[in-house]
Amino acid sequence: MMPSGVRCLLVALFFCSALAACSKSESISAHPAPSSSAIPATGDSLVEGTIGEASTLIPLLATDSSSHAVAGQIYNGLVKYDKNLNIVGDLAESFYISKDGLTITFHLHTGVKWHDGTPLTSRDVLYTYRVTIDPKTPTAYAEDFKQVKSIAAPDAHTIRVTYDAPFAPALASWGVSILPAHLLEGKDITRSPLARAPVGTGPYRFKEWVSSQKIVLEFNPDYFEGRPYIDRFIYRIIPDSSTMYMELKAGAIDLMNLSPVQYARQTSSENFTSRFNKYRYPSSTYLYMGYNLRHPLFGDKRIRQAMTAAINKDELIQGVLFGMGQKAHGPIVPGRWAYNPAVKDIAYNPKFASELLAQAGWKDKNSEGILIKDGKPFKFTILTNQGNQQRLMTAQIIQQRLRQVGIDVKIRIVEWAAFLKEFVNKGNFEVVLLAWSISQDPDMFDVWHSSKNKPGELNFIGYNNAEVDRLLIEGRNTFDIQKRTRAYFRIQEILADEQPYTFLYVPDALPVVSSRIRGVEPSPAGIGHNQNRWYVPKNEQVY
Amino acid sequence: MDFKHSYLNSVFWPRLKNNRLALGGGSVVLVLLVISLLAPLIAPYDPSAIDAWKVLSPPSWQHWFGTDELGRDVLSRVLFGARVSLKVGFVAVGIAVSIGTIIGLISGYYSGIVDAALMRVVDIMLCFPAFFLILAIITFLEPSIWYIMMVIGLTGWMGVARLVRAETLSIREMDYILAARCIGCSNSRIIFRHIFPNAVSPVLVSATLGIAGAILTESALSFLGIGVQPPTPSWGNILTSGKDYIEFAWWLSLFPGLAILITVLSYNLLGEGIRDALDPRVKR
Amino acid sequence: MARFLLKRILMLIPLMIGITLITFTVIHLAPGEPVEMQMAMNPKVGKEARERLTKFYGLDKPLHEQYLSWVGKLVRLDLGRSFSSDNRPVVDKIKERLPVTISLNVIALLLEFGLAIPIGILAATRRDTWLDKGITVFVFVGFAVPTFWLALLLMYFFGVRLNWLPISGLHTLGSDSWSSLRYLADMGKHLIMPVMVASFGSLAGLSRYMRSAMLNVISQDYITTARAKGLPERVVIYKHALRNALLPLITLLGFSIPGLIGGSVIFETIFAIPGMGQLFYQGAMSRDYPVVMGILVIGACLTLIGNLIADIGYALADPRIRHGEG
Repeated sequence: MMPSGVRCLLVALFFCSALAACSKSESISAHPAPSSSAIPATGDSLVEGTIGEASTLIPLLATDSSSHAVAGQIYNGLVKYDKNLNIVGDLAESFYISKDGLTITFHLHTGVKWHDGTPLTSRDVLYTYRVTIDPKTPTAYAEDFKQVKSIAAPDAHTIRVTYDAPFAPALASWGVSILPAHLLEGKDITRSPLARAPVGTGPYRFKEWVSSQKIVLEFNPDYFEGRPYIDRFIYRIIPDSSTMYMELKAGAIDLMNLSPVQYARQTSSENFTSRFNKYRYPSSTYLYMGYNLRHPLFGDKRIRQAMTAAINKDELIQGVLFGMGQKAHGPIVPGRWAYNPAVKDIAYNPKFASELLAQAGWKDKNSEGILIKDGKPFKFTILTNQGNQQRLMTAQIIQQRLRQVGIDVKIRIVEWAAFLKEFVNKGNFEVVLLAWSISQDPDMFDVWHSSKNKPGELNFIGYNNAEVDRLLIEGRNTFDIQKRTRAYFRIQEILADEQPYTFLYVPDALPVVSSRIRGVEPSPAGIGHNQNRWYVPKNEQVY
Repeated sequence: MDFKHSYLNSVFWPRLKNNRLALGGGSVVLVLLVISLLAPLIAPYDPSAIDAWKVLSPPSWQHWFGTDELGRDVLSRVLFGARVSLKVGFVAVGIAVSIGTIIGLISGYYSGIVDAALMRVVDIMLCFPAFFLILAIITFLEPSIWYIMMVIGLTGWMGVARLVRAETLSIREMDYILAARCIGCSNSRIIFRHIFPNAVSPVLVSATLGIAGAILTESALSFLGIGVQPPTPSWGNILTSGKDYIEFAWWLSLFPGLAILITVLSYNLLGEGIRDALDPRVKR
Repeated sequence: MARFLLKRILMLIPLMIGITLITFTVIHLAPGEPVEMQMAMNPKVGKEARERLTKFYGLDKPLHEQYLSWVGKLVRLDLGRSFSSDNRPVVDKIKERLPVTISLNVIALLLEFGLAIPIGILAATRRDTWLDKGITVFVFVGFAVPTFWLALLLMYFFGVRLNWLPISGLHTLGSDSWSSLRYLADMGKHLIMPVMVASFGSLAGLSRYMRSAMLNVISQDYITTARAKGLPERVVIYKHALRNALLPLITLLGFSIPGLIGGSVIFETIFAIPGMGQLFYQGAMSRDYPVVMGILVIGACLTLIGNLIADIGYALADPRIRHGEG
C-alpha cells in the first residue's frame, strides 16, 4: 500500500492498490477461501488498514496509491480489466474499434447516475479528457490522452475518439476515472471541495473522512451493476506498520498486505489461518536500482554492468522476500506476452565486476579498500523512499555487496512526497532504489523515451538511446502483436546490455483477508477485481 | 580550589559511596564505556556482515543474541551500537554543556542588560518543544550522526545555562572574586579562572542526565526513521528494526531495548547520586 | 497584582518575536526555497500560480521583508496553505488536531501529577529506605524505557494477547451511533494505553523534583520548630511541609508543556492518534513548510500561555510575589 513508484500511480487507476493485479501467469498459490454454501448477504463492513492517508480523492491529481485505492471504489472508467486481464466495458456498455484502429466509439450505459443523482452523460467524459490535457492541471496522467487527435460526443451516451496513428494503449487509457463535469466544469480543479468529498459513479459512495483516522465509504444502492453486498468500506489510517499488524491480529482490520516475514513466519498458526485467508501471487511490480545517467560516474556502461554483476539477486530474494519473488531481468515481468525469455542477464560475479571496473579505470584501492581513480574514491548515495522496510533491507544488502568490490555506498531515506519533488523530479540523485508497477500493456514510452526526461517526467534517469526511442514508438503505434513483440524483445535486449537500471526482483503480492469475508476470488488480476461481489454471511457479520 | 578539594574529600565522595544506587549506576556506566571502547575486540562478528540465509535466527551458541532481519549478529551490533549511542550522548551533551556554561557564565557575571537578553533567549528556546525542533532540522538537513549530535546539543543547553548563571550570581559576590577584581584581573580571567571551576559542579549533574536523554532522543529519532542511518548500528535503530518482529523474534528488540534501558537508568541513578552528594542543603 | 500581570504580559511580546525569529530561521536552514520545491513537484502549475506563491511567501523580497510579511500574516492567524496535495489552510489542519493533543496531554498531565506528588512525598518521608530506592528505580525505568518499545509491548500484551484494550485509534468503528456514555467509555478505553505511556515516561522528573522539594522543606528551620512543638508528624508533613513544597510544582507545570507536545510525536504515530505530533512529523518529512512553521509557532505560544498561567497561579499562591513589586 505504500507508493511503489510513480508508474504505479498510472496503473493504480484500474485496481485497488492493495490488491494490485498479478501478471498473466497463474497464481502461484492461494489458500482458497473456504468454499461456503452460504448465500451472499448484504451488510457488514470491511476495514482496510492503510499506512498513508489519502491526499486527494480526485484521482487525476493524486500521486499516491492511498488516494487511488480509495478513489478506485468511488469512480469508474469507461473500461476496466476483468479478472483475466481482458479489457471489458465499465461505464461503457460497449465499445467499437474501427478497422484501422484509429477510432474508438464508446456507448455509455444509460441510467448511470452520479452519487448526487445527476445522470452520467458523454459531457462528463469530454470534461475528463479536457481537464486532463489542460496544461494548467497538475497531473501525471496526461500523456496517453495527448495522442488523441479529436474527440466528439454525437449524443449524450456516445463518445468517439480518433487518433492520428494507431496507438496500442489507447483503449486501456480510457480506464481513467471519469469525473463529474456538472460539479467541476469551469472551476479550478485544484481547489475543488471534491478532493475531500468526492462524487463518483462507483459501487461505493463517499460518506465521511475523519482526518488521519479513517475514510468511510458506503454502498451505492443505485450502482448500475447492482448494489455491492458489503455495506461499508472503511480505510483506517495507521501510520506504523507494527501497529497495523497487531490490529489485524486483534481482528480490528480485515484486509492488509503482509510483509514476506509476516507471511512466512508469523501467520502460519492454526489460530491465524482459521481467522484469515492468505493469498500469494506475483505482483506486477519490479524493483530496480536506477542510475542517474547525467552523473559522470554512471555514464560508462561498464560501470553499470559491474554494479549488476556485484549484486546477488538470489540473495536479495532470499533475504528480503523469504524466497517469495523472482529475479527481474528487464522492464517486463516474466509471464507477459512481451517478456523476452532469451535475454541474458548479467549473473552475480564479483570478480567480473572488478574486471569491468578496472577496465573503466577503477583499479587502485585506498587504505579502506575503496576504489580510487584520479585520487577520488568511488562512492555514491542510494536514495529510497521512507516507510518501506523491504526497500531499506534491499539497499543494505546492496550496500554490503558493493562494498566488497570496493564501492562505498551511503543510503538515504526520504519521505515519498519530498523524495519526488526534491530529488527525483529535479534529477538531484545519484542512484535511486524504486519500483515500477507496470500496466498490462507493455508500452513503456513514458519511462524510457528520451523526450520524457523533463522535471516531473518518468525518464528521470535521463536514458537516451535512439534505437530504443524508435522501437518504443514502433511498439505503441501498431496493433500487430508480432510487430510489437519484436520491438519489445529488442528493447529488452538493449536494456539488458546497457543496464541503465539494475533490475532487481519481482516480489509476490501477499494480501491477507479476514475469513469472514467470502467471495474472494484469486485470479490473474489478483483478488481486487470483484470487491463489490464480496460478502459476509449474515451470521458472521460483526459491524 | 582548596575549598573544592576538601569538599570533595570530606563530603562528596563519602556521600556518593554511601549511595548504592548511584554506585551501581556508576559501575554500569564504567563497564559500558569499556565495552564500547573494546567493541572491535570483543564482538564475535563483523556487525554489518549480512547473511541472507540466516535471517532472524534465534539465540544460539553461534549467535548469543540471535540474528537480525538481514542475518547480522545481534550481539556484535549491540556492542558496536554501544559506541554509537554513547558517542551521540557524549558529543551532544558536550555541545550543550559548552554552550550552556558559556552563556550562563556571561549572563551571571555581567548581569544587567546582557543577562536580561541572554535569559530571554533561554526563555524563548524553552518555549519550543525541543523534539519538534530536532525533528524539523534533521529532516530538512539530512539524518547523519553529526547533525543528530549537533541538533540535540543545540536544543539542550538552556537548563545548563540557567544553572551556571545562578551559581555564577552567588559566586560573583564572594570575597575572593572581589579580591581578584581589585588586583586587576581581566573579566575573562575572573570568569574562567575563578568562577568557572566553582560553578561547574551542577553542570556535572545535568551532563550525566543529558547523556541519558540524548541516547533516548536518538532512539526516538530512529523509530521515526531519521536516527543514525544504516549500516551503522545504534541501539535505537536495532530496536526499531526489531519492532516489526516483536512477537516472534523477541531477541531483536529485547537486547537493544534492555541496553538502552539499563544505560539510561544507570546514568540517571549516577546523576541523581551526584546531585544528592553535591547538594549542600540536604543534611545527613 | 495588576501591575504584575501587566508586566508579565508585556514580557510576552519580546518572547513572541523571538519565537517567530527562530521558526523563520529553522525553515530557512533547508537548502532551496520552499516555493521552488512546490513548483518542482507540480511542474505543470502555471506561471500565474508560481507568482501567486512567490507573492504569498514574499520570496522576491530581501529576508527581513520576508520575515515581516510572514509575521504580519501570522498576526492575522493566516498560516498559509499546506503544500500537500490537499492544499488546505494550515490553520484548519492544526485546528482539527489541537483538541486531541491538548486533551490527551491534559489527561496525561493530571495522571502524572496525581501519581508523582504522592510518590515523591513517600520517597522523601521514607528517605533511604528500600521503598525510596524502589521508587527511584521504578520511576527511572519509566524514563529510561524507549517510549515506542514500551508502547509496542503494551499493545502486544493487552491488545493482542489478552484482548483487553483496543490497540490504536480513538474510537471503535461504529461507535458514532452509540449513546454518549458508551461513546465516551469507548474513547476512554482507547486512551488508557497512550496516556499510560505518555505519563509513565515523565513520572521520573516530577516525582524526583517533588522528593527533593520535600526534603528541602523538611530540613528547614520552621519544620524543625513545628516538630519541636510536638506536632504529630503527619500534621508536620502534610500541613506545613507539603504546602511549601508544592509551590514550585506550579512553575514546573508550565515547563512540562513543550516536552509533552514534543513527546506526542512518538505515541501519536504508534497509537495512530490524529494529533499535532503526527501532523508535525508528516509535515516535516514531506517538507510541508507552512505546516511546520505553523505548528512550531503555535506549539511555542501554547507553552508561553502555559507559563503565564503557571506564573499567575504561582503569584496567587505565593504571598511574596502577590504583595511584592513583582
